[in-house]
Amino acid sequence: MARKLALRDALREAMIEEMRRDDTVFLMGEEVAEYDGAYKVSKGMLDEFGPRRIIDTPIAELGFAGIGVGAAMNGLRPIVEFMTWNFAVLAFDQIVNNAAKTLSQSAGQFKCPIVFRGPSGSAGQLAQQHSQTFESWMANVPGLKVISCVDPADAKGLLKSAIRDDDPVCMMESELLYGFEGEVPEGEYLVPIGQAAVRREGMDITLVSFNKMMIPTLEAADQLAKEGISAEVIDLRTIRPLDYKTIVDSVKKTNRLVVIDESWPLAGVSAEVAYGVQKYAFDYLDAPVTRVNSADTSLPYAPTLVDAYLPNADKIVKAAKEVMYIRY
Amino acid sequence: MSDTLIETAINHHQLMDTVTENKKKTAKKKADKPAYSKEMYLSWYELMLRIRRFEERALMMYGQQKIRGFCHVYIGQEAVAAGIESAIRREDAIVTAYRQHGTALGRGCSSRECMAELFGKATGIVKGKGGSMHFFSAEHRYFGGNGIVGAQIPIGTGIAFAEKYKGTDNLCVTMFGDGAARQGSLHESFNMAMNWKLPVLYIVENNGYAMGTSVKRTSNVVELYKLGASYDIPSEAVDGMNPEAVHEAVSRAAEFIRAGKGPYFLEIRTYRYKGHSVSDPAKYRTKEEVQEYQERDPVKMTERKILDNNIATEQEIRAIQEKIKEEILDAVNFAEESPYPDPAELWNDNYLQPDYPYIRD
Ligand SMILES: Cc1ncc(C[n+]2csc(CCOP(=O)(O)OP(=O)(O)O)c2C)c(N)n1
Ligand SMILES: [Mg+2]
Repeated sequence: MARKLALRDALREAMIEEMRRDDTVFLMGEEVAEYDGAYKVSKGMLDEFGPRRIIDTPIAELGFAGIGVGAAMNGLRPIVEFMTWNFAVLAFDQIVNNAAKTLSQSAGQFKCPIVFRGPSGSAGQLAQQHSQTFESWMANVPGLKVISCVDPADAKGLLKSAIRDDDPVCMMESELLYGFEGEVPEGEYLVPIGQAAVRREGMDITLVSFNKMMIPTLEAADQLAKEGISAEVIDLRTIRPLDYKTIVDSVKKTNRLVVIDESWPLAGVSAEVAYGVQKYAFDYLDAPVTRVNSADTSLPYAPTLVDAYLPNADKIVKAAKEVMYIRY
Repeated sequence: MSDTLIETAINHHQLMDTVTENKKKTAKKKADKPAYSKEMYLSWYELMLRIRRFEERALMMYGQQKIRGFCHVYIGQEAVAAGIESAIRREDAIVTAYRQHGTALGRGCSSRECMAELFGKATGIVKGKGGSMHFFSAEHRYFGGNGIVGAQIPIGTGIAFAEKYKGTDNLCVTMFGDGAARQGSLHESFNMAMNWKLPVLYIVENNGYAMGTSVKRTSNVVELYKLGASYDIPSEAVDGMNPEAVHEAVSRAAEFIRAGKGPYFLEIRTYRYKGHSVSDPAKYRTKEEVQEYQERDPVKMTERKILDNNIATEQEIRAIQEKIKEEILDAVNFAEESPYPDPAELWNDNYLQPDYPYIRD
């Protein structure tokens, strides 16, 4: 049995289920308790679990992320919510220098089972400081796992896996899509970290994306279908570890690939996917891999500039046609 | 609403009363006798009214979706901007957070350019690139609205560092919210500023809340000015509903700083009438609390003071009101009629290197 749930509700279910199951799991962050979360992800959780386990912090990202790391080293399983990943930048020292390094530094004596979560990516006209994606930043760091997923059912299963994982996990959500609805199964289930999902099967071209960009990517696949082009669409869901196999298997079938990634192009997820495909499927490629990223600039406020900056279905269709050597 | 929230709300209010009480006790002159010139009172009034009307219009335009994104208004806090500006010099620098329309207007940035910025138009103060949170004006020594809570505290300290380095006697007013006061950046900055005797005036605008979190819920130390003590920075609490009180305190602080004695810290106690941003219903506080502050509204109180003391006539006041009304309507028209930036503008202002090799797949 499945029911429709919004992303925020699916994420909340994941946290509630895991907190009922394991008393060491707790949630902390700015406005998560009395205000129900800046985006209402933790709505009502204070009522069920009380202030021992649903903890409002001051605005002090470096401090509370570090408190999470220490608590994780000492037997707890913190979920640290960042109001957005833009503010987690203040906490990168604790995520990168400590959460990711604890196991290695202590030669396995200490683990750091912690989840850092919050929305990543642009969310309308929020300008330079509030519009960034962080998947590629975190995915660069050995020791961390990185999930980026907005499908409610998968996000729920992935978050539950993340909370149970003994390694530190960064979970990237989306401000714009907290209200995005999808079918979510009843009952207990997990979605494994590290596996991509084929959202739509196709023969002519592979479109790989993740997080919010799945929406224009699927839209582009619809448009291409109308023109007789059958696109296979893959949702990465996890960025680290990256599921090269699902991508490569698809490209072996379609022989063409476009990667759609809201991150900036240089040293980003799209670059890594393209590398993997040329490495493992070079002989199968009928055209160079192409990508659609946000512009190689900061994102300003004006609507005309936001449009120019972000990937959209038209830009994806255009890239797909280029890869198929279709003139129009 | 939970009991704790109500309790904390009341507590913020009690803090305000303490400030007023202290002020009354220590004030050299009687609070209700005008201590400053007519020009001073009228300029405070005019600026506060400009900010109030600008913000009211901005909210209206947001409702019509002419303004998008985050929009944090300054309504209730106008006396802070007014009292600071009259007490410092044009050459002094200011840096603040995202709740910054009032600060920019205080600096003398035009209503037209500020409103056009909110609309995201090419004629805006940063060409439509920053929106509500990021006005900048080099001409007005305005180093911007910062969207990362607490980020401007070290930046303001660095601006002051440069002034000292260059041997000027300018200072940098570094403003931040009560929420920002809990960031580590405050402590690191305070320490270095004091150690190096930097010409920086730290001002925390304590409006009682950081989003839905009251000051009391974030620390044992709710009287924020006390944070200066751990670094030996002279610090005081100020009534932020009264431009006169702000002016006095800032003047005193500026004199100290310009004498080369190092930083100064003011906790200016004020209140935001509206929600944190346009999307916040502000359920974490009582209507009564908001009303109590509105009864001490800085715009109304200053108007009353001017009229009760015959500092200016009712006609003069009305003339200012008319002028501001027209100025703001004109600003909205200007914003409406201005064009959006050309999409190609995206590729400007990222690097100064003219032939920077962008990746353009
Ligand atoms: C580093 C960082 N963390 C969180 C946020 C989200 N946020 C924006 S404003 C705000 C509250 C700040 O309150 P305060 O400093 O009191 O300023 P006020 O809004 O009252 O003017 C928060 C948590 C942010 N912008 N930056
Ligand atoms: Mg505040």
